[in-house]
Amino acid sequence: MSNFIGDWHALVTLFIAGVIPNQIWRMFGLLFGSGIDEGSELLVWVRAVATAILAGVIAQIVFQPPGALASVPDALRYSAVLAGFLAFISIRKSIFAGVACGEIVLLTGKWWLG
Amino acid sequence: MALPPLDSPQWNSSLRAFAWGASSITRTVLTMVLFATYLGIGALAHDTKFSLGWTLASTAFVWAGPAQIILITTLGSGATIVQSAIAVTVSAIRLFPMVVSVLPMMRTPQTKRRHLILVAHLTAITLWVECYRFLPHVPRERRLAFIHGLGLGLVTVCLIANTIGYLLAANLTPLLAAGILMLTPLAFLLSTARNCRELADVVALVLGLVLFPLATKLGSGFDILVSGLVAGTIAYGVHWWRRA
Repeated sequence: MSNFIGDWHALVTLFIAGVIPNQIWRMFGLLFGSGIDEGSELLVWVRAVATAILAGVIAQIVFQPPGALASVPDALRYSAVLAGFLAFISIRKSIFAGVACGEIVLLTGKWWLG
Repeated sequence: MALPPLDSPQWNSSLRAFAWGASSITRTVLTMVLFATYLGIGALAHDTKFSLGWTLASTAFVWAGPAQIILITTLGSGATIVQSAIAVTVSAIRLFPMVVSVLPMMRTPQTKRRHLILVAHLTAITLWVECYRFLPHVPRERRLAFIHGLGLGLVTVCLIANTIGYLLAANLTPLLAAGILMLTPLAFLLSTARNCRELADVVALVLGLVLFPLATKLGSGFDILVSGLVAGTIAYGVHWWRRA
């Protein structure tokens, strides 16, 4: 059991560095979002910002890749995203087709480059 | 399998609605993507010397893929608790507008704020995207139960994926690890693109992608926030200008 939990300090760190800084934004949303109407103009703006921030998270993983993805050349990562998007557009907006196509380009490209 | 029609007696019980929500994890390709992403997070946590219990606790209590990846990589590379907390909180700002935009969809005049706490916790990219897809097909008074089912179903899948990834970690080749890390941006990009209903959504997505590399050049340390606020506000401007 002690192996499963490991170091108790690490769990405290998880809450201070991970859980609280993350949850605080959800609880703000709960506190200040209650009075906002579903069709309001403020919500259109908030939704647009949320979409753009998500786009930023996507761009960050592709432009500043973490871990093993960093070993893949830039051009190959960009090609995989482009291939995935083109497959998505041409195959009835299928997320599955897009993801599969992007992965095939990335994996075969990386395998071929060694 | 589709959901029952809005006026079906299937929706008469909250428990039934919860079950429809939980079984809806089989109606979205994002479940597979989450599974793979959390497989990767499990493997990453193992390689960074965190315990399995720690990893499962991070999934249950943080419940945001990007924040968990940032937490594990920063703590693993020797950052201080404060540095990790700042990086995590910046990545989590997006949860604020997501919660604000999702809650009105399931609120009824009888809904109390405490009824929404679990939904607020479960709200992350996948649930936010799927709310826009599923909720129009769910009667308003059953939406809370449905989302509780869907959200807890997704958490369960991710806890299982974490465990498998953690145990497999030793056998994951760099090629496979790169492939797993690439799933996240591909799936998030395409699911957001499919959800674009108005021009403002398209502008926000495209500008958000394009402005991020420019924002990194400013070196403020808040790149995603800067590009997101600018791109989102321009997108709102386009929406406002077309209506005027």
